Amino acid sequence: MARHIVARTSDIPPGGNKVFGVEGRDIVVFHVNGEFFALLNRCPHEGAPLEKAACVARLTSPEPGVYQRSRVGELLRCPWHGWEFDMRNGQSYFDPKRVKVRSYPVAIENGEALQKGPYVAETFPVLVEDSYVIIET
Amino acid sequence: MSDVIDRPILAEEEAARSRLRIIDCDVHPSIHAHSDLDQFLPKRWQQHLRTYGSHLRTPYIGTTPYPRSSPLIARRDAWPPTGGPPGSDLDFMRKQHLDPLDVEYGILQVLDLFIFSQQNLEFGAAIQRAINDWQLAFWSDRDPRLKASILAGQDDTQFAIAEIERCAKIGRYVQINVCPRANEPLGRRRYWPIYARAQELGLPLGIHVGGYGGHAPTGGGWPSYYVEEHQSNAHTMAAQLTSLVLEGVPERFPDLKIVFIEGGFGWIPSATWRMDRHFEAFRSEVPHLKRRPSEYVKEHFWFTTQPIDEPDEAKHLRSLIEWVGADRLLFSSDYPHWDFDDPRFAFKTPLSETERRKIFNGNARALYKL
Repeated sequence: MARHIVARTSDIPPGGNKVFGVEGRDIVVFHVNGEFFALLNRCPHEGAPLEKAACVARLTSPEPGVYQRSRVGELLRCPWHGWEFDMRNGQSYFDPKRVKVRSYPVAIENGEALQKGPYVAETFPVLVEDSYVIIET
Repeated sequence: MSDVIDRPILAEEEAARSRLRIIDCDVHPSIHAHSDLDQFLPKRWQQHLRTYGSHLRTPYIGTTPYPRSSPLIARRDAWPPTGGPPGSDLDFMRKQHLDPLDVEYGILQVLDLFIFSQQNLEFGAAIQRAINDWQLAFWSDRDPRLKASILAGQDDTQFAIAEIERCAKIGRYVQINVCPRANEPLGRRRYWPIYARAQELGLPLGIHVGGYGGHAPTGGGWPSYYVEEHQSNAHTMAAQLTSLVLEGVPERFPDLKIVFIEGGFGWIPSATWRMDRHFEAFRSEVPHLKRRPSEYVKEHFWFTTQPIDEPDEAKHLRSLIEWVGADRLLFSSDYPHWDFDDPRFAFKTPLSETERRKIFNGNARALYKL
């Protein structure tokens, strides 16, 4: 599994996202509630760019007229047709068996550890006080 | 943050689009600001627009009868970086849509100002006229790929004919658009002078879904939800196809070509099967019809593909295309609206090369004489 150091954690503001070209693919990394999630930047339906998706909550309804929100900001709503996906694993809610966005493991490591290890970031100056976002593909 | 318009195109997308240029039969340009129309609108109607606004059966100015799925029913990525509503910036439309999808021609469909819903028919005619001029000045003149339609609300037939004559003299419009929710069903004789003129001019009649002429969008009344209203577009189209065929429009105007826009095409087989069956039983009630209804449909009507039907099994879409006929279908994207169809991915069933050529280009090229 290749590891790609793509950004400082501070490069992606809370609630925001950033797209990285990794091995010829566009991967979008979201920063939500202190966590980072990485997905292929294409909706599996018609290819819409997920970086433009709305980050919404999981909305459930036990009965008509009663709505419950959970996991605020962790659900992606495709910018075109509104298909919804779980940011954590790319799974769709309307058709989970057949439709899924490719997702990637994300690790956060601090600069000191990176400096010592084999994965020195060549394109980013390594500052020991920073943490880095690493995508595994 | 990388932008959609700059994202690298994958190799397979590149190969797919290089094979065929697209004629997109439903592209929505928007008015950046109402003042853009001032140069085309007499002072009297400028003042009317500023003072009274646009007629609409809604509780608040600028709203629609149903809350939409997204602001201005637009793709979230279609808001121009320069400001203004989606579809209002030609450069952005070029970069996001026309260039990357290799659109050879785009047929413009204007919906602004609820153009066919105005009940003050004189104001409606003035707005239609202004928008017809605006389409050329702001779009077709600036990008020859974009083709304008003559907007002509049919409920004042005289105004409509006058506008059709005026635009036909200019000679740059490819279609005459009328309202799908007019005061009476489209087959009625009161509208026939428009159809006669369209036939003489050789311009197809375009019927794009939408508008609130006062009728409920469904035969059963006003729905509760947007999703219900959106579903009703197909009912409206089916009702108008039935009216046009059974009241004898294609029989009376054998050279008239009619295009149903943004109604999808999944409803067509059952509508025509049903008409044929009923025709066998009730032909004595409609002796003006010389042939089976489906024969008129197969010769006089075209249907744009968006919103494309997506049955669970691809083979059902395959059957649908065969039932309707690949020679009846015109690709449309509905850019920049939320239910946009991408020509590379919209068809979830393989098309033969011949079908692709017809649906994505050939049918529209012949119909609109492009």
